[in-house]
Amino acid sequence: MQIELFKISKRPRTYIAFAAISAIVLIFQFAFKADGQSYMNLLLQNVQDNFDLNRTNAINGYFMCYIILNTLLVQVPILVALIAGDAISGEANMGTLRLLLSKPVSRSQVLMVKFMASFIFTVLLLVWMAVMALFLSMMIFGTDDMLIFRVKGDESQILQITQDDVMWRYFAAFGYAAVALTVIAALALLLSIFAENSIGPIVATVCIVIICTIVSNINVPVIDRNVKPWLFTSYLVGWKGFFYIGTNEEGLPIKGSLENWPAIRNSLYILFLHIAVLMGIAMLVFRKKDILS
Amino acid sequence: MNLILEVNHLSKKYRDFTAVNDLSFSVHEGDVYGFLGQNGAGKSTTIRMLLTLISPTSGEIRIFGKNLASHRHDILAQTGAVIERPDLYKYLSAYDNLSVFAKMSGIKVTRKLIMDQLELVGLADRSKDKVKTFSQGMKQRLGIAVALVHNPKLIILDEPTNGLDPQGIADMRNLILKLSRQMGKTVLVSSHLLSEIEVIATRMLIIHKGKKIVEGFVQEMLDPAKTLVQLDTTDNGLALEYLQTTKWGTGASAAGKSIRLNINKNEIPQLVSQLTERGTGIISVQPRHSLEAYFLSLTNNESHVEPFAN
Amino acid sequence: MKTYMMRKLLLVMVGALIAVQLPAQEIESILQKARQKIEKVNDYEASGKMKTNVAFLKIPVANVKVYFKKPNKLKLKSEKGVSFVPKGAVNISIGNILSGEAFTVIDAGTEKLGKDILRVAKLLPTDDNSDVVLSTVYIDPVNNVIRKARTTTRENGTYELEMTYGKYAEFGLPDKLVFSFNTKDYKLPKGITFDFDDGASTPKPKQDAKPKKGRAEISFTKYEINKGISDEVFK
Repeated sequence: MQIELFKISKRPRTYIAFAAISAIVLIFQFAFKADGQSYMNLLLQNVQDNFDLNRTNAINGYFMCYIILNTLLVQVPILVALIAGDAISGEANMGTLRLLLSKPVSRSQVLMVKFMASFIFTVLLLVWMAVMALFLSMMIFGTDDMLIFRVKGDESQILQITQDDVMWRYFAAFGYAAVALTVIAALALLLSIFAENSIGPIVATVCIVIICTIVSNINVPVIDRNVKPWLFTSYLVGWKGFFYIGTNEEGLPIKGSLENWPAIRNSLYILFLHIAVLMGIAMLVFRKKDILS
Repeated sequence: MNLILEVNHLSKKYRDFTAVNDLSFSVHEGDVYGFLGQNGAGKSTTIRMLLTLISPTSGEIRIFGKNLASHRHDILAQTGAVIERPDLYKYLSAYDNLSVFAKMSGIKVTRKLIMDQLELVGLADRSKDKVKTFSQGMKQRLGIAVALVHNPKLIILDEPTNGLDPQGIADMRNLILKLSRQMGKTVLVSSHLLSEIEVIATRMLIIHKGKKIVEGFVQEMLDPAKTLVQLDTTDNGLALEYLQTTKWGTGASAAGKSIRLNINKNEIPQLVSQLTERGTGIISVQPRHSLEAYFLSLTNNESHVEPFAN
Repeated sequence: MKTYMMRKLLLVMVGALIAVQLPAQEIESILQKARQKIEKVNDYEASGKMKTNVAFLKIPVANVKVYFKKPNKLKLKSEKGVSFVPKGAVNISIGNILSGEAFTVIDAGTEKLGKDILRVAKLLPTDDNSDVVLSTVYIDPVNNVIRKARTTTRENGTYELEMTYGKYAEFGLPDKLVFSFNTKDYKLPKGITFDFDDGASTPKPKQDAKPKKGRAEISFTKYEINKGISDEVFK
């Protein structure tokens, strides 16, 4: 495991991912510091006719992080695929795979180590995102209650979460995102076994994610019923569920609550199932594969 | 002498062709065993099966007296290999590469150990340089260091002189001889060049289209006085059984409906006499070409000199 | 005989006139009594909790402060940085309805609110440029306080106030104020968020975008009356 992490840390490509995240986050923060009002106006639209809202306080660190994560967690799968997709095919391409697998280490062990290393990389990416998107935003924009703008069925809603009720939700959301991104890592790793060149698995992973995301967003009853529940991309945005605060009969938010914990829990089960299946297949294939590179 | 490596009826079949066909051979302790064949003969496939990179379709491999499939970890801990050209992690230094592979071989890694190995292959002064800056020869030497760092008993070298200049080839040759004669290692070397094998190997096997053609001591097999003969008898099975107990045994194998034999021309009458005394009737003894000529014909792709009709 | 008849007719006419005039005067005097109470207050700072009940807003109860200064300065401030303050809230003071403006009073009879019978008065501002078009106030004649007011404005639509009184009744200041107003339905621009479809809500059949009603309920815990308030507060 140490060896694998050491190898990953020595590759320049690893740091591209962190740099990319930093760049995106900083761009967002700059844009919102310069003119967050316009975005807020867009979100608020006709609400402004009936209500006054202090925009400066509304555009706080917690709000910013949510906005950034909204975008970033669509692009981070590519960064995860960049490392995980290279795990086996990169070694095959370099020619080191045959040396690696002729060592007294079982193939299962090699694959598990590669998987764990990809997982740790994913977690570190998320930690970095937390530092940049959350903590840095908190420093730049301050903290206050958090506003969530969401669409529920046919309705749009604005939720307000008190600031002392926010942090644990972010921890949970990042944890969920780690699981979701690990599915991507497992997929990329599986595809990596079949190739002797990293580009193939990385592109294939990204394509699969894009196609599945499109299917997940199609509103056709047949697909809604039979396909969507099994597509992992339907659950990639499940981290948002931690910010859908529960409300009482009067419509008042209940501190510390979740509107639909069972849905989040079920999403996690499906994601874990995906990881297990993908890694199971990867293990089976990798153990039998003839190494010709 | 102990048997270090035994290969019994090893085959590897792909969907549309057979890479290795019923191959059997053995390597003794201290041997420098030459594995000779033209490109595509099945050498690399065999070697990859010895290193569990490819799974055999059938057959058994035993190394250090243990079945490879069930004792993979123990066997590979005592085996070192350079497979074709030695590819290493280009973005790591020589030191880091050696360190990484040493750890994976299951040994305790110290700075002294790594530096000693680099010293052995003449790369101590380049220990901190990234491998991507190395020449082919330097990579080859580092590859050897990787193969030797954990002090293995068996060393497998697949085409170790590929891409080397004459000096590099000479260095490699000397290293192999040193490994065998001074360090008591058993070395399996594959090559498509008879001239290489000739100089360093003690025993050798020729493989062609996945099948063993002949196996024996190099000295004997390449003795100019020796020749390949095709022997037909009234009972080939019995005759071959007997031959394998004699001095001609290592050069004898079945070849279709005949027996293939590498024998000194002057000994042919003695052979005939011994077989006749045992009641085996001799139908024909046909000299074929010398082993060297035969092998050269294989590699030169000339109007192919097939020593035997199969 | 003729004279007798004439006298009787005159009496009936005078009686009728008086009868007509009496209620009109009565509603005016009731209104005046309520006004007098409110007039006692030059300024106040009220602390309370505001609960907002709007379909698309799920926001917590906010600690608020309401500042009033005669004749018609009013400011509602939330202690939270992030808060949705209904815009029409500038009009939540009865003082704004009753004071500072001249209007025509029309007696609109009585109405029952709970157990109480309230007198209803319609107030038409005499000033054509006034934002207020019409106010209907429901007055408790026993306590001389306004229990309910419905006001239609040019700029801010129609809103309703409903008051409950307690220890500050002598000043005409309510313990609880429910402020109802019209809101437009809220629609998030499409595609701006990828939402987590947890399958909890099923799509409803499309309805016409009807204006919706919103409510803000303020429960006042404390009034600091006539302590003096700077104009800065209202900026």
